[in-house]
Amino acid sequence: MGGVLTVFRRELAGYFATPVAYVFIVIFLVLAGALTFTLGNFFARGQADLQPFFSFVPWLFLFLVPALTMRLWAEERRLGTIELLLTLPIAQWQAVVGKFLAAWAFCGIALALTFPLVVTVNALGEPDNGVIATGYIGCLMVAGAFLAVGAAISAMTKNQVIAFVLAVAACFFLTAAGSPVVTEFLSKRIPELAEVARAISVTDRLAGFSRGVIAARDVVFFASFIGFFLFANTIAVDQRKAD
Amino acid sequence: MSALIEIERLTKRFGAFTAVDDVSFTVSRGEVLGFLGPNGAGKSTTMRMLAGFMTPTAGTARICGDDVVERPVAAKRHLGFLPEGAPTYPEMTVTGFLGFCGRARGFRGSALDDRVANAMHLTQLESVRLQPVETLSKGFKRRVGLAAALLHDPPVLVLDEPTDGLDPNQKHEVRNLIRAMAPEKAIVISTHILEEVAAVCTRAVIIARGRVVADETPAALAARGPSMDAVFRSLTLGDAAPEPERETAREVA
Repeated sequence: MGGVLTVFRRELAGYFATPVAYVFIVIFLVLAGALTFTLGNFFARGQADLQPFFSFVPWLFLFLVPALTMRLWAEERRLGTIELLLTLPIAQWQAVVGKFLAAWAFCGIALALTFPLVVTVNALGEPDNGVIATGYIGCLMVAGAFLAVGAAISAMTKNQVIAFVLAVAACFFLTAAGSPVVTEFLSKRIPELAEVARAISVTDRLAGFSRGVIAARDVVFFASFIGFFLFANTIAVDQRKAD
Repeated sequence: MSALIEIERLTKRFGAFTAVDDVSFTVSRGEVLGFLGPNGAGKSTTMRMLAGFMTPTAGTARICGDDVVERPVAAKRHLGFLPEGAPTYPEMTVTGFLGFCGRARGFRGSALDDRVANAMHLTQLESVRLQPVETLSKGFKRRVGLAAALLHDPPVLVLDEPTDGLDPNQKHEVRNLIRAMAPEKAIVISTHILEEVAAVCTRAVIIARGRVVADETPAALAARGPSMDAVFRSLTLGDAAPEPERETAREVA
């Protein structure tokens, strides 16, 4: 585990050594706050919970997470540092997991900084803080799923723009698959696919978390989803490292 | 004496193009092997395979007895590698970067600090220790890469163009450093500066179009013709057939 931790430390420090971290966090907080209070009707709905906030999180991560993952491997390739990283006595899976965990921890920090929302609902009413906690866990799961997909895509290309666009498309697919527009369309035309779409949708699963339910099947879904893409990431790094 | 580096019939093909073709040689402790060849001859590809970065199409290499394909992490522990162009993470400080390399090699606490300080001392980086690498000149960047390769005092050093981009004084320093380390290590340096071979190497391997065309001492090599330059030219392009890579591809097919 030493290798994972070493890569993790370097990566996480790397975010804060460049403006990436600050731009990401500020934009995330501004958008999360603005959407929750305007489109989410935070005050008007008269309920002391964070439902509106949680429902916007996947849509924010949809753009912001690919911005984090696009550079994970593509940048290493461009700088040539991949040659340095992979000739250190660290196994490839350790580098993959270290980078993923650092990006995940970073998303965790961004989510944690939305704490004023929690303070606000607690000041205004008496929310169920357990439900809020599971909602945050759900958001972290969504971030993990998006990061795993984005990192795997980044490992397959040298071009950061391609990595970004493909990752946004993949995250959009995961987010929109459960929306009524898609599932109603599909259930009328191709009912089999509607089931699949609902099964891979992260929004449906997040809805469960934000109602306070940590269902085993949702946890298994996220864990296996992340595991699969980290595995794919390791393979992609191994196959394409020298390109 | 047993060889610390054993390269055995190493071959790398990219599609129909054979970049490295059946290269074999060994390097023992105390040897400094100059790896020479024109651009595109396969020097960097060979070194990348030796460092475990590229997977060979055929053949293998062993570092201190550990196979780079079968036991990559063990092989990499014995190795200090300076990749071509000395890549470093631009936003990290010199100390931060060397600390990362040291931690990746398993050093912690005061042992790590000692290693980093020692590597910076050897490569004279103390004056820039807290500067981000991206703000440094080319010569300093190269020395940061060199410091990372020397940090763990490895028995095997593979340096791809260690003096490229250095001024004459810095070149002199790096050559002195290599000479000073030579007795306890097996060192491979790639270069296309022929004077460097005469200055630091105990043996020269010339590679052209992926094949080894000469393997002897620099003195023996120089004695083959009027000058080292002339010998190098006649070996690397004298009998060059037009489009040699296609010819190789047909042989393979």
